[in-house]
Amino acid sequence: MNAQIPLSSYTMTADGRKIGAVLMEMKNITLRFGGVKAITDISFDIREGEIRSIIGPNGAGKSSMLNVISGFYVPQEGEVWFRGARRPQMKPYEVARQGIARTFQNIALFDGMSVLDNIMTGRLTLMKTGLLAQSFWWGSAEREETAHREKVEKIIDFLEIQAIRKTPVGRLPYGLKKRVELARALAAEPKLLLLDEPMAGMNVEEKEDMCRFILDVNDEFGTTIALIEHDMGVVMDLSDRVVVMDYGKKIGDGTPDEVRNNQAVIDAYLGVSHE
Amino acid sequence: MLYREAGDFKTSYVADSQTFPIKFDRIRYYIVVAIAFGVVPFLINDYWANAVFVPFLIYAIAAIGLNILTGYCGQVSLGTGGFMAVGAYACYKLMTAMPDVPFVIHVALAGFITAGVGVLFGLPSLRIKGFYLAVATLAAQFFLVWLFNKVPWFYNYSASGQITAPERMMFGIAVTGAGTPAWAKYLFCLIILFALAWLARNLTRGSVGRRWMAIRDMDIAAEIIGVNPLTAKLSAFAVSSFYIGIAGALFFSVYLGAVEVGEAFGIQKSFLVLFMIIIGGLGSIFGSFAGAAFLVLLPVLLKNILVGQFGWATDLAAHIELMIVGGLIIFFLIVEPHGLNQLWRVAKEKLRLWPFPH
Ligand SMILES: Nc1ncnc2c1ncn2[C@@H]1O[C@H](COP(=O)(O)OP(=O)(O)OP(=O)(O)O)[C@@H](O)[C@H]1O
Ligand SMILES: [Mg+2]
Repeated sequence: MNAQIPLSSYTMTADGRKIGAVLMEMKNITLRFGGVKAITDISFDIREGEIRSIIGPNGAGKSSMLNVISGFYVPQEGEVWFRGARRPQMKPYEVARQGIARTFQNIALFDGMSVLDNIMTGRLTLMKTGLLAQSFWWGSAEREETAHREKVEKIIDFLEIQAIRKTPVGRLPYGLKKRVELARALAAEPKLLLLDEPMAGMNVEEKEDMCRFILDVNDEFGTTIALIEHDMGVVMDLSDRVVVMDYGKKIGDGTPDEVRNNQAVIDAYLGVSHE
Repeated sequence: MLYREAGDFKTSYVADSQTFPIKFDRIRYYIVVAIAFGVVPFLINDYWANAVFVPFLIYAIAAIGLNILTGYCGQVSLGTGGFMAVGAYACYKLMTAMPDVPFVIHVALAGFITAGVGVLFGLPSLRIKGFYLAVATLAAQFFLVWLFNKVPWFYNYSASGQITAPERMMFGIAVTGAGTPAWAKYLFCLIILFALAWLARNLTRGSVGRRWMAIRDMDIAAEIIGVNPLTAKLSAFAVSSFYIGIAGALFFSVYLGAVEVGEAFGIQKSFLVLFMIIIGGLGSIFGSFAGAAFLVLLPVLLKNILVGQFGWATDLAAHIELMIVGGLIIFFLIVEPHGLNQLWRVAKEKLRLWPFPH
């Protein structure tokens, strides 16, 4: 289906970033909730190092697709391939340990904890100290805590949230919460980062910041990103390739230019509104 | 000396994540510890030990335990009394079966046995939440009390159905039994509380504590960032029950000396410890201390003032106590879910900036 890009070879994007082999492949995914088909027979792949967007009108099934990737929904049909192997059915926490992190459409931070603690939880998959060493705060526990704290401080600097480090997240305004959630996902040092509408509800300035962060993450850490976003300007600017969904079906797939000129996409989403 | 954080710069992440980041707090903590270990044992008498200090120390252990489960991990439990009973009966069986083993080992083992029982009764938490889990733990409470009443093996077939703690020594001084000096009871419980509070603080400030809190705040998000809910919840049940078991063992052996299970470890005990952490502050070690102190001191205070000073009837004073506790529970649940600990923190925050309000 995605024959336009040869597998297992590098392609250079216009700005000179390297895009590698297929990292994740969804094969013929179908997901039903009772009688409702949220996703119907969708296949697409995500290549290493790229920013892959999923767009579509409300209720198209975009979030459901991310939930399938992160193991939160189990599709009735289809296969998920990750790093060249078919992924068996996994619990969400097992998927996280494979190096897939995400943010949520409706912010899902830990409201009772400070910004710092929230971001530190992002590193739980990388922390090894057991209950016993931890309870005696033995050398290893303290060393581990400090080492991870250093990494987290780098992310805090990177996302420019130094000033709110110790603030309980419940007190933060919406835009900052979104940023902290991104920080928590980045803290896991993921191979694949799933962002579900990271810019929804933000003002222009906040959106610009967020775009810059996403590009920087992709650029500096080489993180592969799957992005759901409604703002077409943002999507066309950021993405290497775009999947378009409508009513649970895939109606387009390709570079931003290809998608922009695809008649089905124009009808369903870009131009004509749903009645 | 002013209560200030300015000028007290942290130059390392270790210093930044210490328990008392503000120097004044640190000094006050050392003073309290010094008084608790160095002064109180010399002044304490039987009245103060039995009415105030020993029950406070033991309830503080139980409150830390329940706070780990409910305050940190978000799993409501009404089984505290039942788990204390497990600790008490485990301690009793160990004391009588292995009289030569040092008593602290019995207490520690009682904790581990209760931890195992706690994990067993924590299994439903993997499926049910909130109110339904509370009901399941309530069932555990009634089942455990019933069990210890029903099976004579647990009370060594004694005619009264009670269990009675034999005398046990530590370093040549009695810590259980009728001949125990007040200071020995106090010091023994204090050392155990001190150690357990330190362990709890370590557990809650690192990755284990963050796993629990993540489950508490949003279990779905916790799972998606890589927290295994099974191990997180069951470890909270285990650690929590360990603490509560030790509290039960001490309550029976050091404090009361002899217990009848329904009376000492009934459902009222579950509620009492739950009220302690609600009033003291959910998710806070300090709050566990504050809540335990408050609910131990309140009846003593009321009795001394109302009955002693004003000559009121004892039952009237007891009713007033119920009304005050009930009112406070409602107040804290509605107005300040983080309890005394939060009031204390807000006061400190104000003080830190005083005399400028912003
Ligand atoms: N847990 C669920 N149970 C039942 N139906 C669901 C569930 N999750 C999603 N759906 C349904 O699946 C369809 C796709 O929903 P989804 O949230 O994936 O859409 P979306 O493309 O993310 O939309 P939006 O842009 O509004 O976020 C919708 O019809 C929705 O009602
Ligand atoms: Mg969505």
